[in-house]
Amino acid sequence: MPENPPLLSRVADSVYWMARYIERAENVARFIGVNLNLQLDLPMEPAQQWQPLIDTSGDAHEFKRRYGEATQASVIEFLTYDPANTNSIASCLRAARENARSVRETISSEMWAQVNSMYLDMQAQRRLPDSGQSAEFFRAIRLGCHLFQGITDATMSHSEAWHFVRMGRKLERADKTSRILDVKYFILLPSARVVGTPYDDIHWSAVLKSVSGFGMYRRKHGRILPRDIVDFLLMDADFPRSVRFCIRCADESLHAITGSPMGSFGYPSEQVMGLLRAELDFTSVDRILGGGLHEYLDALQVKMNTLDNSLLNDFVTRLPASQTQSQTQTAGAHAAD
Amino acid sequence: MRFDSYQTQGFRDEMFDDAGVVRPEARLLLDTVESLEEGQLLQCQRAAERLLLQMGITFNVYGDSAGAERIFPFDLIPRIVRAEEWAWIERGLKQRIHALNEFIDDIYHGQKILKDKIIPEEVIHSAAFYRPQCVGINPPRRIWCHITGTDLVRHSDGCIYVLEDNLRVPSGVSYVLENRDLMKRTFPQVFEGSRVRPVDDYPSNLLEMLESIAPRGAADKPTVVLLTPGMYNSAYFEHSFLAQQMGIQLVEGRDLEVQDDTVWMRTTKGLRKVDVIYRRIDDDFLDPLVFREDSLLGVPGLVGAYRAGKVALANAPGNGVADDKVVYAYVPDMIRYYEGEDPILLNVPTFLCWREQDRQHVLGNLETLVVKAANEAGGYGMLVGPHSTAEQRQEFAARIAANPRNYIAQPTLALSRVPTLVDDHFEGRHVDLRPYILYGREINVLPGGLTRVALRKGSLVVNSSQGGGSKDTWVLAASSEGVL
Repeated sequence: MPENPPLLSRVADSVYWMARYIERAENVARFIGVNLNLQLDLPMEPAQQWQPLIDTSGDAHEFKRRYGEATQASVIEFLTYDPANTNSIASCLRAARENARSVRETISSEMWAQVNSMYLDMQAQRRLPDSGQSAEFFRAIRLGCHLFQGITDATMSHSEAWHFVRMGRKLERADKTSRILDVKYFILLPSARVVGTPYDDIHWSAVLKSVSGFGMYRRKHGRILPRDIVDFLLMDADFPRSVRFCIRCADESLHAITGSPMGSFGYPSEQVMGLLRAELDFTSVDRILGGGLHEYLDALQVKMNTLDNSLLNDFVTRLPASQTQSQTQTAGAHAAD
Repeated sequence: MRFDSYQTQGFRDEMFDDAGVVRPEARLLLDTVESLEEGQLLQCQRAAERLLLQMGITFNVYGDSAGAERIFPFDLIPRIVRAEEWAWIERGLKQRIHALNEFIDDIYHGQKILKDKIIPEEVIHSAAFYRPQCVGINPPRRIWCHITGTDLVRHSDGCIYVLEDNLRVPSGVSYVLENRDLMKRTFPQVFEGSRVRPVDDYPSNLLEMLESIAPRGAADKPTVVLLTPGMYNSAYFEHSFLAQQMGIQLVEGRDLEVQDDTVWMRTTKGLRKVDVIYRRIDDDFLDPLVFREDSLLGVPGLVGAYRAGKVALANAPGNGVADDKVVYAYVPDMIRYYEGEDPILLNVPTFLCWREQDRQHVLGNLETLVVKAANEAGGYGMLVGPHSTAEQRQEFAARIAANPRNYIAQPTLALSRVPTLVDDHFEGRHVDLRPYILYGREINVLPGGLTRVALRKGSLVVNSSQGGGSKDTWVLAASSEGVL
């Protein structure tokens, strides 16, 4: 049987970032969509309502400097269109497409067509549609990203390059889930006195919806309880957006890439990933809450950044440093918040 | 949509004869197009343009930061070439490429043709793309021009002329394949009953050719890569398309390194050896140790590895010496010299401005001639006399006087035309034809090639950077041949 061809380091880096940017665009679109919906149920001060989205993105400092106060319009502009914000949906789609374009021979032509269409649609629609249609607009972006992932899994050989795609997607998702939990928990916890009120329910439901987890959570835990939500989003074994689930998939892909048996490591990145995975597998929600959720999530972010750097070292740094900089800086900006 | 009101306006037309009667080979096409419902053709045309954009079949425009990428406009009415005419063109191209290859090999070895005074020595040594660094190199199979994209035009006399040979890094073949694909997707009816020869096997032939030049000692299945300057190059789409179609790695200079005269690519599992490089980077940028020192696109040591016979390069560096438009004028002499035959394809009569007599003639007839810089391509550095202003002519006269070696002039050819969709009707637009020739174990000509069309009314410039578009090119099978 012919061997799979070797994968260029540059190509591995590009498909990894292509997947991360698509996942990032999807998450930002979902966060905004949920917030638009939330405000219909629960009118609040704009800053109170929209600032958390900025906090989640990790770009709060940049936002404050350029826009000042968080309003619906300014936050949506910043997160959706702003070309200067490297994490806006438009920037993510542009970056995903640039990466895809540089590896068109490696990905399937259907994948390219999808990421290109999303980019072109975004270019064509430079202004947000009337408020009546804006929810639909963000829904379409989300679906476009889902479609890209489906096309990827259905049309690209599940060989080494695909595992880099999957690893990028899962690590980005783990990052986003942990961020939204951190921000929302921080805001919601002080209001413990309203536990059990409808408002509390609505808030926590919104958190779950932000990661498309409402239905799945209900089926498993029933009542809306912060403790169970933390458990679900961090450590659920089956929910595909829980941090533990994502890390497990990324770990599987990493081992598929290296060929090391599961449960062992041959590369530094496998060791970092294995430690992270083991911790999520064997800790408990009460332990985490006991030590402080924010502290835990902070440490988790640091570990994920270490992991990202370690992957870069193991598979890509054969490139001169200058050429991987732009994208790792983006990751670096994330780490800085 | 009908052709009733279509006028050939005194130009040679590929679809209609001078009396305005449709040529026999285009009869079926005309019937199909005229049988379409009102508006259907326009719908097909718009669908094709949409597809081009969606598939990202675009080229980058240099110096345009806003749009950056544009589609290469596509027109649905194909250009048709009869089987017998194509057979003759194919023979002519094979003869010409063979002679050019002999010439290049001779120039970098014994220079017999110069010693025999067929071509003046100073013409070669002053050619911008002559590379003394290549003297004595023996490329595998002694092949220097593996991939050629010869430009052909038909003049009002009905004859086909070779306009340029394009030996260095010819581009455009991806559009041939994509145009055919696009035609089949948007306008399948026209293929029914027509005997169009397929073009789809080009990538297989290209790969086979590339594998055939692998250095001795390479594995059974040599590692072939395509070297691109990167995604901001104007032909990047083609680079990635061809790599994908051949199933080979698309690499940039930074993906490669040379150790002990061996070329390696950097992969996630370490270094892997490379045997053959289809390079889409100009000579100057290939290797900063040998050519331009400031090149960031190339690979230091690459030419050393090539010279040592450890890696094959297609096309061979240095072959651009024959792309010089002054050298072009000598191709018929080369064919007689190396092949002992008369040329099958005609050269456009060419005035060489470094010859006193020619120069006087050129300067006296700028309004009727086309003046070209000897080493420019893409429609740049060119004066089309009949379409020029007095000021432009003055400028060119000064340029010629300052550097006569660098200018040639040719009569303005009345390029033949093909009906082209303009708004809601057909108008004649001038075309050329670029067939693609592969030289490996044997010489292989892709049936057809890229028909470029000058979309601006009256324009003779077909280049994509200057308002050109393209058409599908149909070479019909002879009645005795089967068509799949």
